[in-house]
Amino acid sequence: MFEFSSAMLYAAFVLYLLATILFAVSITGKRFKDKSGEEKNRAGILGYAASIAALLSGLTYFVTRWIAVGFAPVSNMFEYMTALGIAMSLAFAIIYPMYKNNYLGLFTMPVVMLIIAYASMFPGEAQPLIPALQSNWLFIHVITTVIGQGILSIGFAAGVLYLVRKIDFTKKSRKVKGIEFIMFSILSLVAYVGIGIGFGAADYTAQFNYVDENAEEAVMDYYLPPLVGPNEGELVSEQGFTPVINTPAFVRSNDLNTVLWSFIGGLVLYGGIRGIGRKPVAASLQPVVKNVNPQTVDEISYRAIAIGFPVFTLGGLIFAMIWAQIAWTRFWGWDPKEVWALITFLFYAAYLHLRLSRGWHGEKSAWLCVIGFALIMFNLVFVNLIIAGLHSYA
Amino acid sequence: MNKVTCECGHQNPYGTYLCESCGKPLQESDEKVANMRYEGVARRSQTYKSSIVDKIWNFFSSVKVGIWIIVLILVTSSLGTIFPQEMYIPPGTTATEYYQEEYGIAGQLYYDLGFHNLYSSWWYMMLIAALGISLVIASLDRFVPLYRALKKQRTTRHTAFMKKQRVFGESEGSLTEEDRTIMKERLKQKRYRVKEENGNLFAEKNRFSRWGPYVNHIGLIIFLIGGMLRFFPGMYLDEYVWIREGEREVISGTNGEYFVENREFMVELYDDQEEDLFQEALTREDNPVVSNFQTSATLYKRPEGIIGDNAELEKVKDHDIRVNQPLTFEGISLYQVDYRLNELSTFTFTVESDTVDLEEDMTFQVDLNDPARYYEFENGYQIELLEYFPNFYIDNNGEPSTQNRVPDNPRIIFELFTPDQDPEAEGTEGELSLIGVRVNEELNGERDHVIRMEDVELVDATGLTVRRDHTLPFLIAGGAIFMVGLIQGSYWHHRRIWIQEKAGRLYVAGHANKNWHALKRDLSFVSENTRLPEAADQLDDEAENEEEVQQKKGGNA
Ligand code: HEM
Repeated sequence: MFEFSSAMLYAAFVLYLLATILFAVSITGKRFKDKSGEEKNRAGILGYAASIAALLSGLTYFVTRWIAVGFAPVSNMFEYMTALGIAMSLAFAIIYPMYKNNYLGLFTMPVVMLIIAYASMFPGEAQPLIPALQSNWLFIHVITTVIGQGILSIGFAAGVLYLVRKIDFTKKSRKVKGIEFIMFSILSLVAYVGIGIGFGAADYTAQFNYVDENAEEAVMDYYLPPLVGPNEGELVSEQGFTPVINTPAFVRSNDLNTVLWSFIGGLVLYGGIRGIGRKPVAASLQPVVKNVNPQTVDEISYRAIAIGFPVFTLGGLIFAMIWAQIAWTRFWGWDPKEVWALITFLFYAAYLHLRLSRGWHGEKSAWLCVIGFALIMFNLVFVNLIIAGLHSYA
Repeated sequence: MNKVTCECGHQNPYGTYLCESCGKPLQESDEKVANMRYEGVARRSQTYKSSIVDKIWNFFSSVKVGIWIIVLILVTSSLGTIFPQEMYIPPGTTATEYYQEEYGIAGQLYYDLGFHNLYSSWWYMMLIAALGISLVIASLDRFVPLYRALKKQRTTRHTAFMKKQRVFGESEGSLTEEDRTIMKERLKQKRYRVKEENGNLFAEKNRFSRWGPYVNHIGLIIFLIGGMLRFFPGMYLDEYVWIREGEREVISGTNGEYFVENREFMVELYDDQEEDLFQEALTREDNPVVSNFQTSATLYKRPEGIIGDNAELEKVKDHDIRVNQPLTFEGISLYQVDYRLNELSTFTFTVESDTVDLEEDMTFQVDLNDPARYYEFENGYQIELLEYFPNFYIDNNGEPSTQNRVPDNPRIIFELFTPDQDPEAEGTEGELSLIGVRVNEELNGERDHVIRMEDVELVDATGLTVRRDHTLPFLIAGGAIFMVGLIQGSYWHHRRIWIQEKAGRLYVAGHANKNWHALKRDLSFVSENTRLPEAADQLDDEAENEEEVQQKKGGNA
């Protein structure tokens, strides 16, 4: 069952890739018209079909893993991230029929793939539940939250689409820098996943003896070649080499090393694409999306936020409070994760008010959608892994 | 203030944009599309601007201010997560030192600015209060006028009103009766409520969704009030109790009426030897992974009307208190939050002697949580417990002392009297011994007797939080109302369609408070194969124009 579940996740990933390709074909491919003038390019609808097949495959992964481990598979970083990717494609499956916009598919599917690929960087084996998580509220709270975040993420995809379509790349501006920063971040994530999978497949490990922040001897493992070493690090494994510099003791040097690799990888990818296109990365995408109606995309991003906000609020705040009252004796405790959920909520509330009353449509609204997504990812990744709290996953 | 009279004869309050009756714009504007927010009616905040009250009112009713308040709360909240809040720093450390030692200068600054208790700081409270005030005032300011405007809508609107709608179409011609019937039919099919007046049609649906924001704001206000009630005495109980296995403690907040007994406490671990799905993860962990913390508890109640300690307690129920499964009764919940394993509970001693024949076995037990003072034996010996230090240490003055009542490191001073000594008599001096775990010292010279520790008994203790929160009903009501309003305003949208014939021309206009896409779809469905002109989104043209302008400006890109 467990192996079957994992296989279904692979299948889903491949199908998302297929959907991406089909949506790309639907946009860039020739516009065939038959004799009666009907559109003959069916790639868009096939792309949607592929995304539905991927969703079903993803849901099968989810359900079978649930059965295999005996609880909702949303209890660690791998499971949560994967669920987020699936939730985003669920949201896409709901929103696509409303607007039948293939561009949205072209921008959503890669994000889904990237999220799932990122998830696979975390340990994927089944972990038993600690007492605090043994509750039905685990799946009620987390699944609702993840669906809400998935829908909000569609707002991000549509927002980026809007920006790529509308930004004037002929002049240097803060906007160009902004969208290029988004592209660079995405490419760094691609690099991180690619490098991680590469060295993982090669079973790369380098081991150091070092002196930790409490001035005690300790051992640290590297899964990527060490560009920076730990404090007073000394290579003890066969693999690896002595790094150029060692970091001070308070830095978790193997994590910093990974960040460095991703950054360099991102630079290489970004520089490569920019060099080949001889223009900003997003500008190379612009011709692809030139036929998008900006008004429609703007409305899609807003709809996604308007639909996702109540779901997120229900799962991320209300169900969260109910569970916290039961498990931790208080419904609210200013734990960093809680605070960041509140911040996300307030941010989208501000977005809705700005849009409704201050007329922040179009570009401003699109930037806000991007920032909102950044907040969600920040809460998921940074708050979980860096800021310690009650919610520590992984 | 002067009323403004429209050409249709309706008297509008000062400050009205669009005539409340026919909709004709009353104020000049260059905008292509009329500002339909609140139907163009006058709001208090836009009408009265002079007195102090007006100024405060206007300040808080402004959405711009509201958004600023939200953003300020958002930003300041994030500051509180940079370093842990004081309540999360490790127990036993003091804030004064902790932040500085752990985070250096930044930590010191954090502490000095009071960010270690950010969420209970006065200025954070002020921000929350400002949010509440703003919610109340902004909602009041808009609710009444909006209610009036939506209540009395005329079917026939001024053509200027029609032309200023975002979705609009016009053409020469007139409608046949058949057209009208078809259109009405289709509108009803789309669940519009249709009104007709002199051949003009007005269709409307989902008006109730316009109240969504007001409902959700009310929910929020109730929630905030509920949060505030926390600060009133008696609303909130948060206590902590330690109970050893086999013991029973009174539950605070119940006037001594309820008691809870800890029958057994246990910690269960996942088995990493078992070959199952979890084994891989479990063997990778350095420490064993806990699967369960549990207190098997029994709740007792003192019978009604009987006071005094001797009364037999009535058993109410048994419950296994686990994380996620508190014991709840009469609004009070007991939560599993902490434990201590293998706490010392009883020492068993025997008295031995190399020089004296004791005649019989001298064994006695000392309950470390409630030790008896005297121990007497058949053979006439007596032992007095002179001093007891449950958690022994030497204090600053060099005196032996105890840190607390928990027997983590117990020391006892015994005085032993032989049968021929009279403990009551003046000047009688027995043999003194200081005894603890692996400690046994004589205090006043040579002893004939040794008090030897024979056995220790251990118990587990459980730490429970006792919680009662009378604010919960408010929070639940507020949260529920908030969600209802949120859904009401987000998943339904107010849509209106006006169809008019005037002087040989046909006009169609539509308005949606959001989701224009669906409105346009409805309109093209309604007008299909009728004489009704196609309606277009006037902002679409604008967007196109804007683009052309941009392209021209951008040069020959
Ligand atoms: C965290 C606090 C708040 C939340 C969660 C919240 C939520 C909402 C939501 C969901 C809407 C509907 C938006 C839409 O349909 O797109 C709304 C509308 C509105 N909110 Fe708030 N709000 C908050 C605070 C405030 C504050 C402080 C003000 C004060 C100025 C305010 C004034 C308004 C107004 C004027 C509307 C529009 C009402 C209408 O369209 O008739 N809100 N609010």
